Amino acid sequence: MADSQHGTGGLVFDKSKRTWPNEINVFAALILIIVIFEALGAMIYGQSFLFDSKDRFDSIFNEQRLKIIILQVSIIGIIALGVTQVIITAGIDLSSGSVVGVTAMIAMSFAQVSEVNGIPNPKAVFGPALMDLPIIVPIVVGLFCGIFAGLINGVMVAYTRIPPFIATLGMMVSARGAAKWWTSGRPVSFPTEEYAAIGSGMMPVIIFVVLAILFHFIMKYTVYGKHTYAIGSNEDAARMSGINVTRHKVLVYTIAGMLAGISAIVLTSKNLTAQSGMGIIYELDAIAMAVIGGVSLAGGRGSIIGTVIGALIFGVIISGFTFLRLDAYYQEMVKGGIIVGAVVLDQWRQQRAAARV
Amino acid sequence: MSEIILETKGLTKHYGGVHALTDANFKLHKGEHVAIMGDNGAGKSTFVRQITGVELPTRGEIIFDGQQMHFNGPIDAREAGIETVFQTLALADDLDVPDNLFLGREMTKADWLGPFRLLDYKAMRQATLDGLEKTAVKIPNIRNAIRNMSGGQRQCVAIARTATFHSKLTIMDEPTAALGVQETAQVENIVRTLKEAGEPLILVSHNMRQVFDLVDRIIVFRRGHIVANLKKEDTDGQDVVAYITGAKTGAEFEGAA
Repeated sequence: MADSQHGTGGLVFDKSKRTWPNEINVFAALILIIVIFEALGAMIYGQSFLFDSKDRFDSIFNEQRLKIIILQVSIIGIIALGVTQVIITAGIDLSSGSVVGVTAMIAMSFAQVSEVNGIPNPKAVFGPALMDLPIIVPIVVGLFCGIFAGLINGVMVAYTRIPPFIATLGMMVSARGAAKWWTSGRPVSFPTEEYAAIGSGMMPVIIFVVLAILFHFIMKYTVYGKHTYAIGSNEDAARMSGINVTRHKVLVYTIAGMLAGISAIVLTSKNLTAQSGMGIIYELDAIAMAVIGGVSLAGGRGSIIGTVIGALIFGVIISGFTFLRLDAYYQEMVKGGIIVGAVVLDQWRQQRAAARV
Repeated sequence: MSEIILETKGLTKHYGGVHALTDANFKLHKGEHVAIMGDNGAGKSTFVRQITGVELPTRGEIIFDGQQMHFNGPIDAREAGIETVFQTLALADDLDVPDNLFLGREMTKADWLGPFRLLDYKAMRQATLDGLEKTAVKIPNIRNAIRNMSGGQRQCVAIARTATFHSKLTIMDEPTAALGVQETAQVENIVRTLKEAGEPLILVSHNMRQVFDLVDRIIVFRRGHIVANLKKEDTDGQDVVAYITGAKTGAEFEGAA
């Protein structure tokens, strides 16, 4: 035994000994949940959950429901991509829902048309000079709002060293206040056609998938990603190794803010209106998606792929309850249970990981 | 005598009124392995913290590789070529071996991408294998997360860092304090490999057998002073204990403590 542990040479690079990726477990959970809904559907209503049960031979799946599921999770999924990175640094971002609210209001104000059906826009925020603007203006304004909020979060967390929970809780309250202040609570509506096109049809899904691929690549193959994991895994070690932990955290929170901004642009474009109450508890849904997807609240573990699967699990459960014709109130109650359950699962995983060592 | 790699002159550290280290004059030659011994609070760790840049000395000089050094942080010391294996391992548990070895100094491609520059995994993996070979460390799979490794394997990874970066001086602070018998043997083997390769080493240890097994020279600290500088051949365990406890003080250090 002793000799197999040390001695010269004989370095092994054994692919088969690589640890089982957690994403496979998460994916298995997704399949299991779908199977449960299929079984319940067959037992209670004699209907299939995801497959076409109307004996139409032109499709295998219930495309309508699949579309709804992925469309439903896309907008919050975009937020979850940023929240994933924050949680991997062992932080948390509670502000994303409110940042969506304030960004929605401000970006939409710059996307309004001056005339609706021949009469002046009844929901106008600015004068005619700031209406009918090219699409780039609301997009840049929206991104800037998200980046600005994220930057403040990052600076608060990294420089004042207050717990991320408190720093982003402050932003959550303030940003919601700013969203209401912007128009004294009135909704902002009637965007230009180009702006409305951003979130129409399946566009939110496409944007979500593109961003997910981009950030998967960034987290896995760039120095930014490696340092994000290192900070969450052992912040002292990261600092001793020469990583500028402070600057890196600011960057991570800023990116999370930017993604919340993008989410707000897509959301308002899809809904054709912005309200100050938009995005309420999106932050918790996003955190739930990440944690369900295997991102550890202790930091250092998780992945973008995991979060995407986590988002799908989230969507499937919500859609499954609708399919089983459960009341919307039950859905909310169950959603709370899912969030707590995901954290319990994370705790359990951590304990198991600690016991292995 | 061969060339001197590290020399300290009058190195002193006060924490407020506490004189943790007073006038430490120390020399280390190229290829030499030296042990630092002493009771708890004798100033061993304080001494190590000064020469690794973790703390700024109150006064005194550090001359490393012929140049006077002013370390403003551990990064400075590391860039100068001093690699330290700390008592508490500075490893990121969720990352694998190459990631940990290259943490903070990754090999990259497309550097114009700034913080989003690409990692050169292939080059880092190869350099890791070379470094492990040099230290004769055997790790079942370098792509495993550190979390899944034994204490000895972790310690070996920490030590392999020094070999990978062609450090000029390796410092180990109690490298086997938390390890079992087999794992200790594993780490000691690496130390011997470093000796054969002619890499200088400072070993802080409480383990008398280990010290006599591995080093050429023993420095004893007591109450912030260096009280003995002993060649291994000229001394024995009893003798060293006498210096540590204060029953004896080296002739040239008379009046120091």
